Amino acid sequence: MFKRLQEWMDARIPMTKTWNIHLAQYPAPKNFNFWYLFGVLAMLVLVNQILTGIWLTMNYVPTSDGAFASVEYIMRDVDYGWLLRYMHSTGASAFFIVVYLHMFRGMLYGSYQKPRELLWLFGMFIFLALMAEAFMGYLLPWGQMSYWGAQVIISLFGAIPGIGDDLTLWIRGDYVISGATLNRFFALHVIALPLVLVILVFLHIIALHEVGSNNPDGVPIKHPKGSIPDDEKPKFKFHERFTKKYDIADAIPFYPYYVVKDLVGIGIFLFLFCYVIFFNPEVGGFFLEPPNFEPANPLKTPPHIAPVWYFTPFYAILRAVPDKLFGVILMFASIVLLALLPWLDRCRVRSIRYRSALHKLNIAMFAVAFLVLGYLGTQPATPTSTMFARIFTFLYFAFFVLLFFYSKREKTKPVPERVTK
Amino acid sequence: MSNAPVDKGRRRFLTVATSVVGAAGAVGVAVPFIASWNPSARAKNAGAPVEVNISKAEPGQMLRVKWRGQPVWVVRRTDSMLEGLDDHEDRLRDPHSEEPQQPPYAKNRYRSIKKEYLVAVGICTHLGCSPSYVPTEMEEHIEGVHAGFFCPCHGSMYDIAGRVFEGVPAPLNLVVPPHYYEDDETILVGKDKGQA
Amino acid sequence: MRQFLLALLAVIPALAFASESDIPLDEAKVDLHNKASLQRGAQLFMNYCLGCHSLKYQRYNQTFEDLGIPEELGQKYLQFTGHKKGDLITNNMPAEEAGKWFGNPPPDLTNVIRVRGKDWVYTYLRSFYVDDSRPWGVNNVVFPNVGMPHVLQELQGVPTKAYEERMVDGEMKDVYVGLKSDGSGRLSPSEYDQATLDITNFLVYMAEPMKLEQRRIGWYVFGFLLVFTILAWLLKKEFWKDLK
Repeated sequence: MFKRLQEWMDARIPMTKTWNIHLAQYPAPKNFNFWYLFGVLAMLVLVNQILTGIWLTMNYVPTSDGAFASVEYIMRDVDYGWLLRYMHSTGASAFFIVVYLHMFRGMLYGSYQKPRELLWLFGMFIFLALMAEAFMGYLLPWGQMSYWGAQVIISLFGAIPGIGDDLTLWIRGDYVISGATLNRFFALHVIALPLVLVILVFLHIIALHEVGSNNPDGVPIKHPKGSIPDDEKPKFKFHERFTKKYDIADAIPFYPYYVVKDLVGIGIFLFLFCYVIFFNPEVGGFFLEPPNFEPANPLKTPPHIAPVWYFTPFYAILRAVPDKLFGVILMFASIVLLALLPWLDRCRVRSIRYRSALHKLNIAMFAVAFLVLGYLGTQPATPTSTMFARIFTFLYFAFFVLLFFYSKREKTKPVPERVTK
Repeated sequence: MSNAPVDKGRRRFLTVATSVVGAAGAVGVAVPFIASWNPSARAKNAGAPVEVNISKAEPGQMLRVKWRGQPVWVVRRTDSMLEGLDDHEDRLRDPHSEEPQQPPYAKNRYRSIKKEYLVAVGICTHLGCSPSYVPTEMEEHIEGVHAGFFCPCHGSMYDIAGRVFEGVPAPLNLVVPPHYYEDDETILVGKDKGQA
Repeated sequence: MRQFLLALLAVIPALAFASESDIPLDEAKVDLHNKASLQRGAQLFMNYCLGCHSLKYQRYNQTFEDLGIPEELGQKYLQFTGHKKGDLITNNMPAEEAGKWFGNPPPDLTNVIRVRGKDWVYTYLRSFYVDDSRPWGVNNVVFPNVGMPHVLQELQGVPTKAYEERMVDGEMKDVYVGLKSDGSGRLSPSEYDQATLDITNFLVYMAEPMKLEQRRIGWYVFGFLLVFTILAWLLKKEFWKDLK
């Protein structure tokens, strides 16, 4: 019965073939560690956001008069509305946590290097789309932070010489943030950007499966035809698409081995995710900010405006610069430089395991700078904190500059021929 | 790569167990999504029971109230209307109210608690139009019946107890909503007596 | 152990925000399981606060149900605004007029705990003092120049800032030692503390009426995840035997 249905389907669409190429006969390096979990977690969170998002729109009212009350209506009057809303608000932060870790994994193991530059770029576009999505979504509850956070970020565009003021006016569609702004942000948040995100994620995965996954050793699993003795070849059948031109070594099929492994990771992730949803949805004001439980009031600014935590590293860079235009430029540069990593890193060795001590130190410095900037961005600006923000902004950019110069002639350790372990 | 024999039984058991538990989890996740489509607290409160003051109703008069967004009729029937009720029972689809279109306390010839007052949802059981009240001229539509309800949409006819006639499109008697007398002058529509 | 872990996880992020206010706040030891306290809090709120401050996102009947108040009693003793039991808890304060009377319109308090925190609210209610320079004759330690009269004065009495002569650096000085009531109120200081704690407790409930339910479901979810993760882990080990 199933067999015949399968044959009928396969004659019409490439069902079994797709399954085999992307899962059952897809060669994945056997040495993935826990850093390789965050891709699948990002996918899980994306599905969560889309589903809960669709359900939230069923009761949300995108008008300046109705938005705040409709969120409270969802929280109080709709059966399990609070759960759907907390799943969505927690998912937003969880998305950035897993995406940041996913990106950092790429940096650790040089996953952006040739031939994965485009894969990395698709990832960076996903990151940009995600930031836009999160920013627009944050306006929708129409609380004080929604309003003033959007006010500040839209004003950034005012820094552009010549057209700045007209541009901010155009983005808002009004002289202040108003129902017009809310409506267009709603439209972009619920349909336009999710569509872009899904397409980019699709391209990201297509690109990944074209070049194959990197691994913690940064050593290819594809070897020239005939270079791997038969008794060292994996005992698994891989799709001929992968074996036609190369000998595959040290690989296992994604299904079932990494599927079952990812299930364990998903289980552990869900513990943390559900802890937040059911026991601590505000996470001390980081996931849900206290002023956002007050309806937007265009006449009264909250005493301390901080963007949600996932924007704070970039916000800290912005604030560190005493010039408006230059601050905005530097903030965007901090993201653009990440996208340029495949060309800034001129070393031929991928994984941090075999790279120089200098590189290890440099990456550690980058991570610390990112975290410290993130913390500083949540705090009110004081002379001391601004000074620290400047130091760590400098270190953040120093990472890229240093990398560009030392990577060309880096003293690396000998790289093994084959994946270890 | 070892060539140790695979324990197929254990593998199958764990696969099935994980799948079953995973599927149970998926069902659990579906609960909030499905439950959120139930009427919200706002909808439920908007559909709360309504009080009808019947002290001012003249004999033969119909009062209309809105309950859960639907018209509910309260008709104070005259003695002559009530007397005519047993004349045409052979021409009704469900003269003894066997179908569950009313609470048990309205399962009688008058389809009401007190004979005098009919309480019914004014929605035709055919396709949802609201029939007209015809207090005296029902003879125009059906022979030998003086009072009843006539649906202008597709010509369905009910007698003055809301019982549907044979040979019309409507399949069932008009719905009698749960209701009770709070006192002699007030009917509460939407709730049975003693129900929380 | 449970409580300890939860407390630990709750404290870590709180540390980052700990230094926000310069006035030390008293801890409000609220307890959502204490229905008697919640009911007293509801009654105090409806009597003293609702005239100006609405709870406009929450419904009466939901509140009665959650607090274990029978509907008839609730409607009789807690609903003064001529509303039906399923209505939102609003009041008849005209916002624009109120803005003129108080400087700012009195805010809705449904979510006040989530905006300001329970300790702030508890301390605020106990921090009024006489200050003749203010329009209502009172000021507040944690909310300087507040535009609100001390509506609980008939309970607390008239509170004033108290000073004591103390030795400071070898000199006698008047030192501020807190607020003292003149004792003209209906409640003793400890009874007043309890009354304000009850109001705070009620507002904590109000901010998140689903909190207890949320936790209850949360434990079931954890139970499920434990079973699932263990099974998945065993399954993983079983399959990965192939690769040894």
